Amino acid sequence: MRRPAERRTRVSLYAEAREIVFDFLEGYDLLGAFWTTVQLAALSAVGSLVWGTLLAAMRVGPVPLMRGFGTAYVNIVRNIPLTVIILFTSLGLNQTLGVSLGADDVETINFRLAVLGLIFYTSSFVCEALRSGINTVPVGQAEAARAIGLNFNQVLGLVVLPQAFRSSVVPLANVLIALIKNTTVAAAIGVAEAAVLMKEMIENEAQLLLISAIIAFGFVVLTLPTGLILGWVGKKVAVKR
Amino acid sequence: MSSVLYDAQGPRARRRNVVLTVVFLVALAALLWWVYKALKDKGQLEWALWEPFFSGSEAWTTYIWPGLQNTLKAAALAMIIALPLGAVLGIARLSDHAWVRIPAATVVEFFRAIPVLVLMIFGLALFAEYTAVSSDDRPLYAVVTGLVLYNASVLAEIVRAGILALPKGQSEAAMAIGLRKGQLMRLILLPQAVTAMLPAIVSQLVVIVKDTALGGAVLTYAELLAAAGTMSGYYGGNIIQSLIVVSVIFIVLNFALTSFASWLERRLRQAKKSTGAVVGANDAQIAGTTGTGTGGTV
Repeated sequence: MRRPAERRTRVSLYAEAREIVFDFLEGYDLLGAFWTTVQLAALSAVGSLVWGTLLAAMRVGPVPLMRGFGTAYVNIVRNIPLTVIILFTSLGLNQTLGVSLGADDVETINFRLAVLGLIFYTSSFVCEALRSGINTVPVGQAEAARAIGLNFNQVLGLVVLPQAFRSSVVPLANVLIALIKNTTVAAAIGVAEAAVLMKEMIENEAQLLLISAIIAFGFVVLTLPTGLILGWVGKKVAVKR
Repeated sequence: MSSVLYDAQGPRARRRNVVLTVVFLVALAALLWWVYKALKDKGQLEWALWEPFFSGSEAWTTYIWPGLQNTLKAAALAMIIALPLGAVLGIARLSDHAWVRIPAATVVEFFRAIPVLVLMIFGLALFAEYTAVSSDDRPLYAVVTGLVLYNASVLAEIVRAGILALPKGQSEAAMAIGLRKGQLMRLILLPQAVTAMLPAIVSQLVVIVKDTALGGAVLTYAELLAAAGTMSGYYGGNIIQSLIVVSVIFIVLNFALTSFASWLERRLRQAKKSTGAVVGANDAQIAGTTGTGTGGTV
């Protein structure tokens, strides 16, 4: 009849150990911080996909002025550190020029500014990813399409763009992963995401390695499946040449 | 002009282009006017705020140059330490032995999946808690540690891609004349891979230079961006102007590096002597699709 008792001790010991090790987590909104990270990433991803696609359209289009604008935008923006851009949105746009993006409280303003900065920066990489996809389509494909009598819309819609999008999946996935990691830069203007929480926890608690491991694990959970799934999709849809 | 997307243009298309150009020009002008007005209304175009950068050298010698030096110091240190580490990890990942290959792959995938800022914050606390590094030096140590951990794993993928990009005949020929595995790597594969990797390594330097700015914003490391902050405090709050000047410096520096990288890549692709294997800025991530992407130069 010793077994249940033994089991009870083991369970309570385990609970006690867990309490000692993870006790410090109480009072910190770990899930909330990562939720902010996810929100930052998702909103910026949608925004930079839209603006990046427009930029790519300008860069590959027939109008010289738009091509020039697209090229200049990409070459300027991707060479500025994201940190400088995000700080500029807060110190320059908000505090000096009074842009508040329709929000009243500091937290919402900073969140929106961070999204704006992330979109401004990431769209240049989205543009390049899409362009690299278009560049993989051999000119012969379009020439053959025209030769069999397809009109402009058919050439683009049936032949060129489907191939271009398929080759853009992997580069776009890489941009998305980088974007997820780049959301931490919003810490520079105090958006309460994972990196800010990590800094706060490290300052107040003693478990440096454990805290770092938890935060790192959170990012691995966000980025690794994204990379694996989209990498698999990319390989699946890639045009074999 | 003809491309894969559109044919040589006739009169109708050219007329449409003129219309599009005008519309775009108007939109661009409206945007610039809005920016101009916003700056003007808040008195940001006052000469006094711009003057420090154009008259006298004080702003440059006291703030910008020391800041730039620190930026370059952190970037150079990170690159120099990360290169050999990355080479070791990259070669280990190609090992025939699973007990070497798997741990190396785990380390590489782990550190590539984590933001550099998280690694830097970790580094700062690590040096504060477990070492005697003085608090003045700690930010530099932390910035370099974060950059090294991340970039060593990115460089590992570049090294791996460089070696895999070499024609198979190279290793087959080497094995045929009786070289051992170590000799094959040291004498045949690595020397050729290093040349092939050069463009990708230079591109990675751009990422490192950009990431040093994180040290200034979050870790109080006195680099170029932090210099902009102190500078604007000294010159009466010209933060917009300081950030613009700092951005221009970053753009010039990184644009030069990017152009150098693509020049190298072009030259290597055309070189007749080489095997024609080149790892460009974005090739490493394509070769390494087994796990998370590096994000290229993002």
